[in-house]
Amino acid sequence: MWKFFHKLGSPPWFYSIAGAILRWLVPITLFLLIVGYAWGLLFTAPDFRQGNSYRIMYVHVPAAVVALAGYYVMALAGAICIIWNMKMAEIAMRATAPVGALLTLIALVTGGIWGKPTWGAWWVWDARTTSMLILLFLYIGVIVLYEAYEDKSGGSRAAGILALVGTVNIPIIYKSVDWWYSLHQPASITFTGGSAIESSMLYPLLLMITVFYSLFTCCVLANMRVSLIKRESRSSWVRTLVEED
Amino acid sequence: MHPARRQRLGVVLIVVFFSSLAIGLVMYAMRGNINLFYPPSEVIAGIAPQGKAIRIGGMVEDKSVQRSTDSLKVKFVITDFQASVEVIYDGILPDLFGEGQGVVVLGVLGSDGRFIANEVLAKHDENYMPPEIADSLKMSKKISAGY
Repeated sequence: MWKFFHKLGSPPWFYSIAGAILRWLVPITLFLLIVGYAWGLLFTAPDFRQGNSYRIMYVHVPAAVVALAGYYVMALAGAICIIWNMKMAEIAMRATAPVGALLTLIALVTGGIWGKPTWGAWWVWDARTTSMLILLFLYIGVIVLYEAYEDKSGGSRAAGILALVGTVNIPIIYKSVDWWYSLHQPASITFTGGSAIESSMLYPLLLMITVFYSLFTCCVLANMRVSLIKRESRSSWVRTLVEED
Repeated sequence: MHPARRQRLGVVLIVVFFSSLAIGLVMYAMRGNINLFYPPSEVIAGIAPQGKAIRIGGMVEDKSVQRSTDSLKVKFVITDFQASVEVIYDGILPDLFGEGQGVVVLGVLGSDGRFIANEVLAKHDENYMPPEIADSLKMSKKISAGY
């Protein structure tokens, strides 16, 4: 376990392993993305009340789910960064933030596009939408705080603390629709209560959630590789890598 | 674990715990303000302010929608099955508006107990299904109700 942890901290090892993972994960993910969208958009029945507009959930729900889960990944990296002062965790935190921010933005924008015909409004300041907007600001805040420091170890510590403080927002987002009266509907899929989505519509949604998890992984790993190369550009392993090509 | 690291782990846990506690208390103190709308029973009980713009949310009562024949004016009743409020609205309703469906209306409660709305939003529930299944569900309900 500790040996693996130490290996994880080694840039050349991580760079090559991440490259090997991406080599098969990217094509599989893209293939499943196409399968999932073809299934969800073309081969499922329209909803009995919303008609075809419900299909935006095949983008909206996976983006939102992974935006929440991704925040924990970022905060965990931030904690490792603060406690062990591990460079790889710093890179992971910085690599996760823009991906999470983008997913949050996708969830907010698709929510608005769906909200206009369904609710009758692009945006409503209810508990779910507001807490989701705060999530976007938290992601952006982590990026900005990190970049604001000249000294990167100080920046990573400050950004790590912000990321950790922000974790309180995740259960708030998740439970906001149950704790308060909101316009956003309660969760259709729960850990205990099964699903309020009919199964022929549910399976493509579950597939898309998986695809978004793996897209998230791909983006974070690719981001990490780029910043590793940048940061270690003067080291011998990068030089040999460049000479090999 | 190295003592310095253990100390930093402690700091991390304290930061997470106390910031969660602080935000939790703020949320608890503001719980009334975070609600988007009042249910009709709170309006009837006098908890919702009068003469001020508020939102009321609930179900549109069955057979309560009365549309004007020559304008966009519409009258309906919102209920939470404990109390109900009559709503008057002049404007375009969202597509999902209908009897037995959830709505959130923004407007002012008049002294006569009627609510003058200037915005009506449809609240979608968490159920998604194809039309055929919805139809067969409706059929089976009708059969069991003895129609």
